[in-house]
Amino acid sequence: MTTAISVHNIGKQYKIGAAETKFRYNMLRDVIVDTVYAPVRLAKAAIGRSDRRMNQNYVWALKDVSFDLEEGKVLGIVGRNGAGKSTLLKILSRVTEPTTGTVTVRGRVGSLLEVGTGFHPELTGRENIYMNGAILGMRRAEIDSKFDEIVDFSEVTQYIDTPVKRYSSGMYLRLAFAVAAHLEPEILVVDEVLAVGDAEFQKKCLGKMGDVAQQGRTVLFVSHNMSAILRLTQEAIVLNKGQMIMRAPSQQAVDFYLSSGQSQAGEKIWDAEDVPASSAPFTPLSLKVKEKSGKVVDTVRSTEPVTVEFEYKLSSPVTGLRVGLYVSTMRGEYVFTSFDTDTPALYEKFDSRNAGHYISRAELPADIFNEGRYTVGVNASSFGVRRYFMDENALAFNVDISGAPGTQWGEPRVGPVRPRLNWKIEKLDK
Amino acid sequence: MTQITKAPTHEPHTVFIKPSTGLAALNMRDLWIYRELIFFMVWRDVKVKYKQTLLGMAWAVIQPVMTMLVFSFLFGKVAKLPTEGIPYPVFAFAALLPWGLFVTALNQGSRSLVAHNNMVTKIYFPRLILPMSSVFAGLVDFAIAFVILVILMIYYQVTPAWNLVWTLPLFLLLAVVTALGVALWLSAINVQYRDVNQALPFLTQFWLFATPVAYSASVISQKWQVVYSLNPMAGVVNGFRWALLGTGSGPDTALWVSIGISILIFVSGLFYFRSMEKTFADTI
Repeated sequence: MTTAISVHNIGKQYKIGAAETKFRYNMLRDVIVDTVYAPVRLAKAAIGRSDRRMNQNYVWALKDVSFDLEEGKVLGIVGRNGAGKSTLLKILSRVTEPTTGTVTVRGRVGSLLEVGTGFHPELTGRENIYMNGAILGMRRAEIDSKFDEIVDFSEVTQYIDTPVKRYSSGMYLRLAFAVAAHLEPEILVVDEVLAVGDAEFQKKCLGKMGDVAQQGRTVLFVSHNMSAILRLTQEAIVLNKGQMIMRAPSQQAVDFYLSSGQSQAGEKIWDAEDVPASSAPFTPLSLKVKEKSGKVVDTVRSTEPVTVEFEYKLSSPVTGLRVGLYVSTMRGEYVFTSFDTDTPALYEKFDSRNAGHYISRAELPADIFNEGRYTVGVNASSFGVRRYFMDENALAFNVDISGAPGTQWGEPRVGPVRPRLNWKIEKLDK
Repeated sequence: MTQITKAPTHEPHTVFIKPSTGLAALNMRDLWIYRELIFFMVWRDVKVKYKQTLLGMAWAVIQPVMTMLVFSFLFGKVAKLPTEGIPYPVFAFAALLPWGLFVTALNQGSRSLVAHNNMVTKIYFPRLILPMSSVFAGLVDFAIAFVILVILMIYYQVTPAWNLVWTLPLFLLLAVVTALGVALWLSAINVQYRDVNQALPFLTQFWLFATPVAYSASVISQKWQVVYSLNPMAGVVNGFRWALLGTGSGPDTALWVSIGISILIFVSGLFYFRSMEKTFADTI
């Protein structure tokens, strides 16, 4: 077996801090000011009174990551948001350069991320296929030979000479995907976290990925969806804060990932430094899961209602704010999404919220959850305007199902919900 | 164990990824591998430029012609600027051709990286392709406007010198190199400092006044000629007039200064661009 990818001590340092959060871009003004003050800073450093701001502006998104991957293997990459997964893929696909270390890649790297890159709305489907193919690194002759196949796959044959701005979003995506899918790279990287499109489309991506793996190509797969990782990969690496903390058979890696650092005992408190400056005027304070008695708990009973409380502050009035919850299984499948102004009465009453200290409280009725562990994500946004704050893995809680419907059989039930349905049994013959 | 059912269509080449230090190697090999992309980008720019316009490609003619008419009225009729015996419309149009190419290339090229930020942040390709193809796309408009110049010259019965066959392409090359050099600098700076977007309209206007487009370079006094030619576009425009209309003295010290400055901007731009290239995807 030959090595397809050899990663050696890769590190990537990013500049963050004031320059990026306060202003969107570095401004020429800042550089000029910095340059003027440089002698002052140097002098301060010399007498041991350096302001440490300079060092704090850098963060390692990836540090000392090394691994080899043999040709034809499928490797999963798991980790929380900000663990460095996407940075790793970006380095492998040469979008960005590492700060330290080296990578040897044998063959062309393709990614399903690139879907539709370079598509121009004014060009026809046919023209865009050539354009997009060239951007993805295909030769003209290669595109020529695959053209019919791409068109068939995209199912837009009769609109192929229509500008793509007239396409429905589904057609557009199908065509874009068809080109990317026919690139036939030796190495495919898939970042499901960033994947666009609807569930159907994502399913198609995963299907294509499976095919590619079947053909003996090398695949790197990033996902929050643990069942997809288990299904599609034999081996996985776990990234945490930019470092590779484990490489193991997928089952082992997933178990380790799920059991480490996710639980927070029914309560999540945000410290001021955890909250990005970009979330202003919204400041999250805490998220709590409470049982009927009002006690904060890590494990709830499925047969009793549960209260979820999200406490936050607004530093200035916000119009159209909605604060909501995402509940998902530990494998990354969403169970439901709900916002505090979902009901028309509240929607009208809280059309605009003044500055102040708020709590949005939701009661989750009894008999929703099946046995297992669930994560709660939070989101504060004004629809169509802006998302102020989002934390997809704010906290996790366990559900105990004693007394739930069907527990007399003592067998595990599939599916994340376990509703108490109003069954009726009728005997039709007399 | 998976089984290989389909062999790759070509022998995979190995890529080494490592942090580039110092002045990055220019990596012309990758540019060659991606040469078709340059063609496609130029083709796309040209194709898309006049889509959904009523007049379409006619705009490539209308823009310089209208400018020429305005100049002819203001500087030819009202101000009566000296034109070394050439009818003012031809005199102005011969300069507006390279100037139009330069302005289009400068504006499109400087914005090219930011305009295509979705490509820059998602896939690898030699980033040089973006400013390059913006500059090349300007050549198509140039070719169309050139036809108008030929018509004007026939109408005003201006006969060019025979050596235009080789001098004109050389001055055109100088215009392209100058435009590309400036576009390399500005597009790379624009990735980090969007001030470039704000400065471009002003820069373009200022540069127009500093270039002998509306007037003749002969109005500049002799002792300032060399300083004046620090603007490489002065050399380009004078060269175009000399090749097409036979005005001016032809290649002299001032021209060599212009050529030198132009090459300096281009080569330094190339190195600056390459050294910034690695951070484009992170800072854009």
